[in-house]
Amino acid sequence: MSDPDHQPSRTRVPMPIAALSDPHMGDAAKHPARVEKIIAVIFLLAVVFLALFGAAYWQNWSPWELGGAVGVGLFLLGFGLTAWGKYLMPQGPFVEERHLLASTTEERDAMSAALVERSAVVVKRRKMLGGLFALGAGIFGIVAAFPLIRSLGPLPGNSFEVTDWRDGTVLVDSNGRPIRKDALVVGGVMTVYPRSTVNPVTGFITDNGQAIDQTILIRLSDQPFTTMPGRESWTPDGYVAYSKLCTHLGCPVGLYEQELELLVCPCHQSMFNVRDGAVPQFGPAPRPLPQMQLGYNDQGYLIALAPYDQAVGPGFWERTT
Amino acid sequence: MSATAAKTKRSTRAAMGPYGQVGKIVGELDDRLGVAKGGRVFLDKIFPDHWSFMLGEISLYSFVVLLATGVFLSLFFVPSSAQSIYHGSYTPLDGQWVSDAYKSTVSISFDVRGGLLVRQMHHWAADIFTASIVVHMGRIFLTGAFRKPRELNWLIGITMLILAIFEGFIGYSLPDDLISGTGLRIGYSIAESIPFVGSYLVSFLWGGRFPGDIIIPRFYIIHVLIIPLVLIGLLSAHLGLLVRQKHTQFAGEGRTEDNVVGSPMFPTFMAKTTGFLFMVTAATALLGAFAQINPIWQFGSYNASKISYAVQPDWYMGWLDGALRIMPSWELTGLGHTVPLEVFLPAVVFPGLIFTIAMLWPALERRVTGDDELHNLLDRPRDRPKRTAAGVAMFALLFTLFAASSTDVLANFFHVSLNAVLWFFRISVFVIPVIAGLVAYQLCREMQGVHGIGKRKRAVIVERSAEGEYRTVPSPPRPDDERVEMEPEPVPVRIDIEPLSNGGTPEPVSSPTGVRQVTR
Repeated sequence: MSDPDHQPSRTRVPMPIAALSDPHMGDAAKHPARVEKIIAVIFLLAVVFLALFGAAYWQNWSPWELGGAVGVGLFLLGFGLTAWGKYLMPQGPFVEERHLLASTTEERDAMSAALVERSAVVVKRRKMLGGLFALGAGIFGIVAAFPLIRSLGPLPGNSFEVTDWRDGTVLVDSNGRPIRKDALVVGGVMTVYPRSTVNPVTGFITDNGQAIDQTILIRLSDQPFTTMPGRESWTPDGYVAYSKLCTHLGCPVGLYEQELELLVCPCHQSMFNVRDGAVPQFGPAPRPLPQMQLGYNDQGYLIALAPYDQAVGPGFWERTT
Repeated sequence: MSATAAKTKRSTRAAMGPYGQVGKIVGELDDRLGVAKGGRVFLDKIFPDHWSFMLGEISLYSFVVLLATGVFLSLFFVPSSAQSIYHGSYTPLDGQWVSDAYKSTVSISFDVRGGLLVRQMHHWAADIFTASIVVHMGRIFLTGAFRKPRELNWLIGITMLILAIFEGFIGYSLPDDLISGTGLRIGYSIAESIPFVGSYLVSFLWGGRFPGDIIIPRFYIIHVLIIPLVLIGLLSAHLGLLVRQKHTQFAGEGRTEDNVVGSPMFPTFMAKTTGFLFMVTAATALLGAFAQINPIWQFGSYNASKISYAVQPDWYMGWLDGALRIMPSWELTGLGHTVPLEVFLPAVVFPGLIFTIAMLWPALERRVTGDDELHNLLDRPRDRPKRTAAGVAMFALLFTLFAASSTDVLANFFHVSLNAVLWFFRISVFVIPVIAGLVAYQLCREMQGVHGIGKRKRAVIVERSAEGEYRTVPSPPRPDDERVEMEPEPVPVRIDIEPLSNGGTPEPVSSPTGVRQVTR
């Protein structure tokens, strides 16, 4: 035996699988020269393309030249590296034992015992302390939830039921111009908004006006007609107006099929018959589009004679009709 | 041991040994952190080889691409819906009122050097990320890799998929273009449809009614910080569990429940997987370069009263869109309340149910089979016909719904009525999964009976005898049918550093020996 103070001499030992002649290498490693050459060419090409990428960036070439250069360059780099790994590195098969992760019964019992018995002594006998601690943590949790949830936005209240349409609200187009009797020919269609939603700075319609109050105005004939019993005088001069918010998911019902007199929602193809009160004819929409009671004001502009008689847009829990 | 001896030993250790600079660095690190033992185990970690094990790597690497390209985009994107007039280099938009979010996205596309490429890479990588997660999940399911002890990793994986879908949806909503704004409007209405809490939920999240001006900054911080942070945490746990529990592997020569057979982490797997990282990045770069995605400048800034025709969401939302399209209009009303079942069922209950079933599957299967064993060897899908049939049926259901998200396009393309297409999908959504499941079940059963399946195909010679009788005889073996295959053995690494008794050349402890003949 050697002297305990004697330092063992450390010599470098060749590792078996580090040699290309090792049987754990793939077949290609037995004649590495050719493989090396091919991989070297691939890497060289990668260098060329990645340098090209630099040049493309420098010269501000088009995105496809930029992307093409970096894409091909990175692909070659990756392909060469993978080939190197596959053909010139030890493939095995090597084996690794899989040791059971589970502990022995004794170790499990020791942990369970620590949990059960310690808690029996220090927690269960101090029910009041535990209760008070839980109370404090609970109150904190509830209080902390307020800034996290409640302060994010206003309570909905009845905000989903209302629009900016009132009795006497003037209809305007997307440029804020009011609409006269002869604005549309028979078969014509346009999107209208309440005059109160015109942004005084931009002259355009506000987000709210666009998202909630948007209404589609259609001239179906030159005579008043009745869409539903009880709506006898709602269509002066053949103008009819419905909320443009689909009752399915709130997309704008933006397609008008003139021949069939159908309003079509491009999102999920709900179809509403505009002559018969916009009752859904097809698709997943559950309710007719709310209809607006139209009239004229003293200056001859089209106005709403009443707010919508129900919430516009898709259904929700508090909706009453 | 005396203090001097200890000191000498330490200084000797610190001195350069036979492994030069590397040995010195390993020594310095080991003195402080004790890395040598664990590090060695890590270098020797065995990775079993199978093409299907790369699917998860695609997810990992497309996530890396997402992080890198996302950081770039975040340096230029302005998360605000404040409106201003556009006067940029894209002249068709000149003079229009647009939001800052939209304006900055157009600017990234046209004014930032490389910006369009990075934006398109980011979008493509997101689609690849979700797609590869789904395919990876399919592999895990069909091979039974989710079984004990890996149920927790299955749950983590599904949670990551759900997060990835939300992250993708929120991400493509950020540019505030016409199409994403419409998607957001639909998302708002879906959340609004939830009984009791819907209107509160949307009112809090959007800070009031749609659209408001707070949703883009909120979605931005969710998109760039909150969800990525959770994803990184879950991803670390996913990979940590994989290392702790080790890989599963397919059955084969020398492979048992108690070992892993394959190639070592260093250098083989490291080279291959790093190469693969480059190739995945290259794929997204080439897609970003040559395949246009989400050209928002063509759609225009979002205007809640405008809409485009025949647009679909990103692919991973398609199944929900399809479900919304084919659902009948069953709104429940009464007692002063409304339950929009036509939205709530397909867009909230249905995906909830699908993900719940997926999460509970390992427990359900264990209850049915009564199998409480640990499993490290994978199943061949054909050997578990019922599970395979269930997986195929689920895939068929989701694919049918995905196809149903283009009812209008299909009706147009095939010149049939929209009504016919709608009813085709309403019926198929029940029929196709059943047929697909039954076919898969029968195929599995048939494949079990085929002799030598999975082996190399041999040609068969058909001979006719003088009497006119036909017989088949196997063709003679080809020279490369037989090959030498090595017996799996541990990575040879332990090196004797004790003083050698013979004073001669040291020898490695193990050397490759076992060789066997196998027939392919």
